[in-house]
Amino acid sequence: MRIVVDTGNHIAAKAVQMARVDVVAAYPITPQTTIVERIAEYVEKGEFHGDYICVESEHSAMSACIGASAVGARTFTATSSHGLLLMHEMLHWAALARLPIVMANVNRAIGPGWNIWSDQNDSISQRDTGWIQFYCSSNQEIFDTIIQAFKLGEHEKVQLPVMVNYDGFILSHTSLPVKIPEQEEIDEFLPKRKIKWKLDINNPITHGNIIMPNDYPKIRRAMQEAHENAHGIIKEISREWEERFGIYHGELLELYKCDDVDYVLLSMGALGAESKVAVDEMRKKGRKIGLARVRVLRPFPKKEVIELARHSDLIVIDRNISVGMEGALFTEIKASLYGEVDAKVYGYIAGLGGKDVTFKDISKMCERVMDGKYGGYMIFDVEG
Amino acid sequence: MIKYDVVTTISYPKKGAMGKTGGWRAFKPILDKEKCVRCLRCWIFCPEGAIIRKEDDSVEIDYDYCKGCGICANECRVKAISMVREESK
Repeated sequence: MRIVVDTGNHIAAKAVQMARVDVVAAYPITPQTTIVERIAEYVEKGEFHGDYICVESEHSAMSACIGASAVGARTFTATSSHGLLLMHEMLHWAALARLPIVMANVNRAIGPGWNIWSDQNDSISQRDTGWIQFYCSSNQEIFDTIIQAFKLGEHEKVQLPVMVNYDGFILSHTSLPVKIPEQEEIDEFLPKRKIKWKLDINNPITHGNIIMPNDYPKIRRAMQEAHENAHGIIKEISREWEERFGIYHGELLELYKCDDVDYVLLSMGALGAESKVAVDEMRKKGRKIGLARVRVLRPFPKKEVIELARHSDLIVIDRNISVGMEGALFTEIKASLYGEVDAKVYGYIAGLGGKDVTFKDISKMCERVMDGKYGGYMIFDVEG
Repeated sequence: MIKYDVVTTISYPKKGAMGKTGGWRAFKPILDKEKCVRCLRCWIFCPEGAIIRKEDDSVEIDYDYCKGCGICANECRVKAISMVREESK
């Protein structure tokens, strides 16, 4: 184990190298570009054992990843924002084909107006593609989650692609210290991919053929079951990582000071890390509030959210907006509680398009609720 | 043959999963064996494997599964295959 100080993107590239990825197919886009540039440097120096496919678009990147994964390769790509949106069709394809591709998506706002800063609307709009979705809050978590994502996606009871999301610039271009295990330790944690099906000229099959209405629902049900399986396996993998490397980021939720509280704050990504500071500040003032940082949006941690709401009211901050409704996390948390528990849920949207959200802003939002001054669901501090 | 234990849309090679598809045909390829030079272009291009290759590289058409797409006739360099409208049944 050694400590490296580097940016989130370079740390992601390191994780890809150490996961012994066979194929990377990617197209550059800000703020993801330095991931694939760093992987290209590894290739040039002979420090990357896999193949690197340069493609002409993100749609092609995901298509190439699907082909590579379908012949049995451990496969990775990375993108952001408009790049992710261009992949949309093939994201569904990868998940329906049950291919454990891992992708880093560096969260960035969608234009117009052209904006390269952090915003989760890119990945939120891919919620229904069948991909597992993680949201990271530190460079350490980026490294650990990418390695874990291969183990999770390739698990025989999962067999699904995994998207590892983290905030553009806030994490992607910010240097933080990260503990990097030895290669042998990673190899022991993450053995070679075991293949559930593959395209093989010696055992010819075709994939993606016509499927009749009687059979199609079985494919969808199997994906749903795989997500339910992933719920438990994410917990196992998080605990195994802790036992091996002494690092723990939580499971589907990261609970921070949630015992004996009146309120629990829920948020995702770097905003979740900032929320810890806010919780510490509010606790100094005697407020009974804790944090549940949502690490995994799909499968959604429904049971865990219900448990939290049995003992406390919830405050949700979304860095995304499903225009015409609400922030995605707010909607899903309320849907999880329906018919189960009668807690109050308060919500805000904050930080769209990279608008800075400090611990002071987070405290202000929470204190409005705790002081009985919640003014209804809103985008926080639009004019400020 | 390997059978994979995963629920996704995998099709294994077998004859006639949809029944005998020859009944879908509107045009029927007729092979003139006198003109055929055994180049096997029809055998290569047939998308349904409905051209049967014999030991001596002569060919026959499997009318049980030929859907009458006409690719063989189009690819044939010596015009040994002609497409003839199926008679209504």
